[in-house]
Parts: sequence; structure tokens; C-alpha cells
Amino acid sequence: MKKIRIGSGAGYGGDRLEPALTLMEQGKLDYIGFECLAERTIALAQKEKKNHSEKGYNPLLEYRMEKVLPLAHKYKVKVITNMGAANPEAALEAICSIADRLNIKGMKVAAVLGDDVLDYVKNHRSLKIIETGKALSTIEDRIISANAYLGADGIVQALQNDADIVITGRVSDPALFLAPMIHEFNWEMDDFDKLGKGTLIGHLLECAGQVCGGYFADLRRKVVPDLWDIGFPFIEVDETGEGFISKVKETGGIINTATCTEQLLYEIHDPSSYLTPDCIADFSNVKFEAIAKDKVKFNKASGKPPTDTYKVSVGYHNGYYGEGQISYGGMDCLERAELASEIVKKRLKIFDFQDLSIDFIGMNSISPLEIEAFNVPEVRLRVSGRTETREQAQQIGRELETLYTNGPAGGGGATQTTDEVISVVSVLVPKTEIKTKIIYSYT
Amino acid sequence: MELWEIAHSRSGDKGNISNISLIAYEKADYELLKEKVTVERVKQWLGKQVKGEVKRYELPQLGAFNFVLYDALNGGVTSSTSLDKHGKSLSSFLLRMPI
Repeated sequence: MKKIRIGSGAGYGGDRLEPALTLMEQGKLDYIGFECLAERTIALAQKEKKNHSEKGYNPLLEYRMEKVLPLAHKYKVKVITNMGAANPEAALEAICSIADRLNIKGMKVAAVLGDDVLDYVKNHRSLKIIETGKALSTIEDRIISANAYLGADGIVQALQNDADIVITGRVSDPALFLAPMIHEFNWEMDDFDKLGKGTLIGHLLECAGQVCGGYFADLRRKVVPDLWDIGFPFIEVDETGEGFISKVKETGGIINTATCTEQLLYEIHDPSSYLTPDCIADFSNVKFEAIAKDKVKFNKASGKPPTDTYKVSVGYHNGYYGEGQISYGGMDCLERAELASEIVKKRLKIFDFQDLSIDFIGMNSISPLEIEAFNVPEVRLRVSGRTETREQAQQIGRELETLYTNGPAGGGGATQTTDEVISVVSVLVPKTEIKTKIIYSYT
Repeated sequence: MELWEIAHSRSGDKGNISNISLIAYEKADYELLKEKVTVERVKQWLGKQVKGEVKRYELPQLGAFNFVLYDALNGGVTSSTSLDKHGKSLSSFLLRMPI
């Protein structure tokens, strides 16, 4: 029976690169997907594109592709990524120029377009905002972007036309991984049972390190070896849509039924109805079985027909965010901090702030509990350093931030900088109103 | 006993909605969790954080539950001024629930 291997190269836009390279070198992969686009990042990317028409794709695209393209070429691994963000066309050009510079010849690069539906939503102001129930016209002057979550079909079409690299804008996260299965196994786009199985695989892979023990470890019951050197996952799947998940030997981390179960339930609501553009996946009967070290078999996912609408994320300007921090220590430090907050509140009254919130980090900034029974209610890790370059300094924040998907369980609230507030709401647009288009280029 | 002794958990977010899994280490503890960790108790335990409804989905074959908490993230990651905008730490707080 035909089998393919699909790896996961990134769990979010700013993720580490090294585990992806190891996976490409040693994982015997046919495909690798890099999931790099969130609700908020697409709106920010659109804003960047407005200021710089040649930008608006993932800021780490060049950094990643410098290393990824030679390996994709050498090991014949096809690359699928939503790093195109707001500007897949510019991303395609950037990739081709990197290939040119590295003297990599004979690759076909595709960009899937069509998720940008800003013009459509601007002409349909009566569309209802899902979160508020109000019409889109209530925010119409402030709208920055509108991007539909496309499904797998555009990527499948690119693969059928022999693309080696497929770059997209907004697509559902599982679609990046589902598309190669549809293409390789000739699954019909209305074989919803198979699409549901493929969606499970996409969902297990889409957060990369998280299914390999990232964002899982604790000190008492969930011990994860070599978390600093966590490997990223791959799956081997056959044409029935079932298979196993594993990672490259000698990499850190762990894959077991517990890591798989946490990832299965991550950011889904009703497990029997996980809505995607390609199908409504049913994970409610999924089973996991550990068959070897770091190797877990999965089965029993299924699916139903999808809805006839695409979910569209609408980004809009929603004011500005400002933050200041100050610390107090020693005797009566909380009382002194409280006094300071009272002074700030009084001083700020003249500006008529709405939602001015005051947190005492280490006391109640992240805890929702109304008890103070714990000796150390909160602790916040701060790492800082003095460096020569801006790039170097940024690396500290990046390393802390990657603990979200790669570090110990339950970490929260990583902050780097803050600026203008771009909020995102959702609307539904009939699928018949949205057309995808694919463009190609050769290296 | 606190929940962390028999179960593990991870939080995720979608807009202003938080989802928190709760997974028994041993499937034998599933029924105990089912009895003790009701939607009412979760809502009460997390207090003012959760302004909306709480739903619980059951996956006995995995020894797991998925809790979906509406209006629980101060407007969600793109609007909230909270430090933990995603509510990533809520799982750790859920695990301190005494049962």
C-alpha cells in the first residue's frame, strides 16, 4: 500500500528552524509543512504590505528558505507553507531570488492566491460579525484586512501541476498537511471520511513541537528529556488515512498517547465537529496507541461535509495599547505598589481611559483564583542582555517566546513590545463568492 | 487531593473563547473526573475570568474532557490588555482544583 511521510517544520510564525532542518535531513520525508500564520499576524502583515508593497509575507521567510531550499532540493522534499501571509506573490519572488542566489535550479514554485477578500467585505457591509452579532458596517472605516481561511484545494491543484514549493496566504492550518494526502492518494474532495482522517493528521502536526513534548513538560508527572533540543514531528500515512506519528531518533522531546491527546484537544471546541473549510472533522472516537518509543498509532477519525461558507478574519484598527511597568521590593512592597497605582489612576483620570487595568505581577496578574493560599502565587521569568546588534537583542525575546510551543506546560504572557491595536473579528462569506488563483514560477 | 495528581491539561484559545483539556493519567480515574469536574465547578473555580457559559465534552476512550469557556479571555488575544492574552496559564490553575 502506498505510504507517504509528512513533516512539520514550524508551529507558528516565529518558531525555531533547526528542528525542521534535522527533520528534512533525517526524516525520509516526502513533504514538509510550515504553519506560520495566525489571526493577528495576517492583519499585521496586511498593514505592512500597505506601507511596503513588496513586503507583507512572513518576516522569517528569507531566513528559513536560505536553509530549507537546498535541503528540499537535495532530499526531494516538497515544501508547503502559509508564509506568504498577506503577499504570497512577493513571497514567491523572494523564494525564486534566493534559489537563484544559491544556484538551485529546476524547482517549480507556486503561490496560491484568493484569500484576500477585502474588496468583497467592503462591498458587503451588512455581513454579520460572529463575535458581536453586529453588522460589519459598525467597524467599516477601520477595517485593514479581510482574509478567508481557504481549504486544501488550491494547494492540491498546485501539487497536481508538479509544484515543489507551495506558498499560500490564509488557509486552514490542517489544509497544509491534508493537501499532499489528497494529491498522493487521489482522495475525492467529497470523501469526507478520508478528509476527516487527514484533518486529524494536520491537527496533530500543525503546532510542530507541541506534539513532541513541547508545551507539555512539568516537574512532577510529565518529564520530557532534552526539551532544549526538541525534535519536530512527522507522520507516515497510507491511503486509508491511518498511520503513526513519530520524530527523528536522537532528537529531544517525547511522543506518547498523552502528548497526542493534549494536541488532539488543543484549540478545538466540540471534538465531534471540528470546522474546517474542507470538512467537519470528527475526532470524538479517535484512539491512540503507543507502538514503540516516540511512535504513536492513531485511528478512528472521520468527517462530514463542510459548511458552504468560508470563515473570514477581518482585521481592524482598534485604538492604541500602552504599557508601563515598575517594580517594588522589600518590606511592604505590595502596599507601595498599590499606592503607586492609586497615584497613576488619579493622574490618568483627565485622559478618560476606558478599561484601564492594573496588575500586580507575582500576585494576581495571571491567576484567576480568589485565594492566596500558595506561598509563591506567581513567578515571572525575565531574561535580558546587552548586545551589539538589534538582531541579537531580538533573539532573547524570541527564545523566551518559543517556550509557548516548545517549553514547559502552562507558561503564559510572553511580551516583547506593544504598539497599535489591530483587532480581529470573523464573518462568513459564501464559498461561491471566493475564487482561488495559482501562479507559478521556476528556479 | 488536587487535580494535577491524577490529570494533566492544556489551554488553547480561539478569539474570546478558551478551551481547556483535562486528561486522566490513568483511564481508571476518568469516572472520578467526570463526577467531580463538572461545568459548574469549573465556572466557579475560575471565578470572574469566565463571563460566559462553560461546556464539557467527554472522550472516554482517551480518558479526557474538553472544556470550552465562553467570554473567558477579556476580549481575546487581539483586543485584551491582559498579560496572558491567550489564557495559556488557565490549565495550570484548573489543575489546582481540589477534588
